Amino acid sequence: MKYTLSVLVENQPGVLSKVSGLFSRRGFNIDSLAVGITEDPTISRITIVVNGDEYMVEQVEKQLNKLIPVIKVKVMQPGLFISCELSLVKVNCNTKQHAEIMKIAELMQAKIVDVATTSLTLQFCDNDERTQTLISLLKPFGFKEIVRAGTLAIEKGAVTARKQST
Amino acid sequence: MISGAEIMVKCLENEGVAIAFGYPGAAICPFYDYLYRSSIQHVLVREEQNAAHEASGYARASGKPGVCIATSGPGATNLITGIATAYMDSIPLICITGQVNSELLGRDVFQEADITGACEPFTKHSYLVKNAADLPRIFKEAFHIATTGRPGPVLIDVPVDMQTSTVSDFSYPLKADIIGYKPRTQGHAMQIKKALAAIGEAKRPVICCGGGVVLAGARDEFVAFAKSSGIPVVSTMMGIGVVPMDSRLYLGMIGMHGHTNANQAMGQADLIILCGARVGDRAVSAPEQMAQQAKIIHIDIDPAEIGKNMTAHIPIVGDIRLVLGSFAEQVTNTVSEEWVEQVLQYKADFVPLGEPDNTSGFVEPRSFMRALSRMMDENAILVSDVGQNQIWAARNFNVKEGRFLTSGGLGTMGYALPAAIGAKLAKPNRQVLCICGDGSFQMAMCELGTLCQEQVNLKIILMQNDRLGMVKEIQGRLYGDRYIATTLNGNPDFVKLAEAYGIHAAVATSNGQAEQLAKEMFATDKAFILVCRVNPDAPTI
Repeated sequence: MKYTLSVLVENQPGVLSKVSGLFSRRGFNIDSLAVGITEDPTISRITIVVNGDEYMVEQVEKQLNKLIPVIKVKVMQPGLFISCELSLVKVNCNTKQHAEIMKIAELMQAKIVDVATTSLTLQFCDNDERTQTLISLLKPFGFKEIVRAGTLAIEKGAVTARKQST
Repeated sequence: MISGAEIMVKCLENEGVAIAFGYPGAAICPFYDYLYRSSIQHVLVREEQNAAHEASGYARASGKPGVCIATSGPGATNLITGIATAYMDSIPLICITGQVNSELLGRDVFQEADITGACEPFTKHSYLVKNAADLPRIFKEAFHIATTGRPGPVLIDVPVDMQTSTVSDFSYPLKADIIGYKPRTQGHAMQIKKALAAIGEAKRPVICCGGGVVLAGARDEFVAFAKSSGIPVVSTMMGIGVVPMDSRLYLGMIGMHGHTNANQAMGQADLIILCGARVGDRAVSAPEQMAQQAKIIHIDIDPAEIGKNMTAHIPIVGDIRLVLGSFAEQVTNTVSEEWVEQVLQYKADFVPLGEPDNTSGFVEPRSFMRALSRMMDENAILVSDVGQNQIWAARNFNVKEGRFLTSGGLGTMGYALPAAIGAKLAKPNRQVLCICGDGSFQMAMCELGTLCQEQVNLKIILMQNDRLGMVKEIQGRLYGDRYIATTLNGNPDFVKLAEAYGIHAAVATSNGQAEQLAKEMFATDKAFILVCRVNPDAPTI
């Protein structure tokens, strides 16, 4: 099963390697990882998606909490958070296929960000499921490249990662 | 104006550091130049790994953090095994390494090694200093992190230009304020209540004492709890010595190399109270099976230990000294007579193995360990190495008011000699005995130089069987007697070796002789090496 973790860390050099290193040396696999600063510039937020079981995610949470620069770890509860991921998809095509791809893009609300004679590049931002749908729709054309930023997650309502409710 | 190097020394002085173990090199020279002007005693080791072990022995005996120092590159990488050893046993260390000039970092210059990166899995935290003005905060935080919560080693890597650059003034912070580090100290009141209820209902309870009890300085609270509850006690290897071994309800060490009666009691218990024990594989081989048979109360300061190796039905996260203190006050003795009789019967049925045979030409190690504990001071500190000697000591030496120090987690051969030097420097008025095998002794033999230079009155027992005995035993049992790489053919004459250092030494070939020589050894006020010839086929258990 996939788990999404939000990790608030002190914004200092080396933190990302401490966090990611912990996963690899305890044998846990990261599906995706996204990092950026928060409303407080001294704090960064790392969103990690891992594939595992309940025991593993409990261990990950506890081990992450042991890292000194880690301020807060929160395992997102299914159904109680919004997630999305930015993807850039460069699709193989000739000029005749442009219209067909643009139709898919329109349907899926993807944005065409680059047009060339042998390729089209789409920018898409949505959850993992919709991203998979877009990719499967475009698959018959063939891909030159797919770049994915990693999942971001935020809880629904007034709840934040730092506090249960505000 | 004040230099980074001077700040580093002042930080150590502010923390009350009296002694540091190290080995200098070019990248740490500015720091040493200020150590020269300080009252901090510096012990020059012969190899950096031993600086970490000596600091570890010092920390364990003194209850204060140990400080070790190395230069950049190989000096720093040599520290790694010592740091990892301390990490596995949760020993508070401050490890200071020199680093190449910060502007040259990452260019693979002479004696550059990414030591903070290399030590990431074995340090509680690490710092690479990028600004000399950060040094006071970093040192304050490092000492705070190393000594609070679950203790552990903290590494401070200081580029040489950070040591030479100057800042306008120095003031040492009064306290460390780290947003993400707030170790919990009080156990949750509701969990304590639940635990006490479970203790009241239990028919066959057992308390298991781990190394966390020692680290928390909770010996008095533990003994008070054991006494007021009347619950029988077993211990892990790291928990040896908390309860005087001759106590009526102390059943011995559990685990793969433990006492049968202690394992029997654990196996039949309906409630196990784990105190600062992480349920390592050598202590409990089938933890889940045990958790199905018994209710588990797990007390630990590290939340990550709860449920890591064994299911805990009632977890209590907190300082074990505080938790056991409240246990001792509130608990009443509800243990059934039958259970007490049963565990005492198991204990009575347990016959210590190993009898001296004065015609064999060898010292029988297990009975000699028992003899040693009879002749030594009540508060003696025993430091054992790793291998057969460790198990002989752990199973047979009767620790009363003293301590048993060993590398329990990482199992680092070569730990005993340096750790014992550190322990003796911390407690010069207590008997400190170092027990090694000839394999482990030779891993740290160079420290005899340190021993002489510092004139440490350390007593060393060297069990010489010309074998790597424990591995040899495994090869005999599991690999069809195909003995490979377990015979030490090139052993020196250890007495002559000791004499070359000016250390008194003698050889014993029987228990009678060994006991006589040990008496003479303890009577002198100088270092002494007693070489005991041991049968290569002597069993571990």
